[in-house]
Amino acid sequence: MRKVALLVAFLFVSAFLLLAATSMRPFGVPNDAAMDDYFIANAQAEVAANNVVTAVVFDYRGFDTLGEATVLFAAVVGVLTLFRKLKDDEQWGEAR
Amino acid sequence: MNVGNFPFVIAALLVAFGLYALLFKRNLIKMVIGVSLVETGVNLFLVMLGYRSGGVAPIYTYAPEAKEMVLPTPQALTLTSIVIGLATTALLLSFAVFVHRHYGTLDVRKIKELRG
Amino acid sequence: MNEQGMSVIVRTVTRLVYGLVIVFGFYVIMHGHLTPGGGFQGGAIVASAFALLLVSFGAAGLKGRLNKHLLQSLEEVGALAFLGLAFAGIGTAFFYNLLANSGSFLFGASVPIGPSAGVLNAGGTVPLMNWAVGLKVLTGIASIVIVMLIGARKEETE
Repeated sequence: MRKVALLVAFLFVSAFLLLAATSMRPFGVPNDAAMDDYFIANAQAEVAANNVVTAVVFDYRGFDTLGEATVLFAAVVGVLTLFRKLKDDEQWGEAR
Repeated sequence: MNVGNFPFVIAALLVAFGLYALLFKRNLIKMVIGVSLVETGVNLFLVMLGYRSGGVAPIYTYAPEAKEMVLPTPQALTLTSIVIGLATTALLLSFAVFVHRHYGTLDVRKIKELRG
Repeated sequence: MNEQGMSVIVRTVTRLVYGLVIVFGFYVIMHGHLTPGGGFQGGAIVASAFALLLVSFGAAGLKGRLNKHLLQSLEEVGALAFLGLAFAGIGTAFFYNLLANSGSFLFGASVPIGPSAGVLNAGGTVPLMNWAVGLKVLTGIASIVIVMLIGARKEETE
């Protein structure tokens, strides 16, 4: 009974996904490109870099890169904390 | 050649396969693979949004003359999304190691009982 | 299998190849403002060379040659350098590019408009940020891989 309900729900969600994918705008014609045209036209004059994607990641949108560096740092700290060596009389799940 | 909306359908199929692995499999590692498939489908969809017909890569070094460039902003956002997916997968796999160490099994239906 | 590593063929090919992969990774980081690539992509390439070493020689082969505290200190250096470069132009704005088109000897040259061959000395703070982020990603992924291998193996044999 539970498997039948799960199967019906999965088919409903995947039918919704395929319907949304076929009724999107045509592939290859962007809607609004005003901001990206400004980036392509002025990246060499302002940032002095030939690679427009790197100029966008580190200069025009540098704040998002700061957030991503923080997420990576937090993940490394979390994994290193989970696999630490316990002290002599410490057990998992006890607060000290 | 006119491809129509076929690339968008491929991204939707990837998300649907990932959802199938997440809902119908009982092993924890297979569920983590399902989450990774969903993230891959979403990243592919994000890169496909910025394509212009007949465009080249947005790099000025040895660029061909008189051709227009694709949009660079969706590619920058996809970079961030891939790194965040890596961080999530690393933490999920660490938790799977701990669950196996405590319960002795990776079957999702047997982890409901509290033990020891 | 994990203590002795893999067979003789795998170990010999790894010894020949891992230096080339590390050099290629540093090339991708360094030319991030001219060709496709940058800090994140180059850091992932060097980390995969490190993972190749770990799989071929096992955990016992790297026991005496690796300093875990050095890896963690280098990651902190990378994160603080990225934050310091963001605060360097705080007089005008938060992420202001202080060194671009300024004429100083450290990445201050100007770039001709249009398709060109690329000037290595240009870019301002963008190449410096590439190095900081590349160092951070490299040491972060290497730390995760080492800690998960040694931590998961040791608890199983208890």
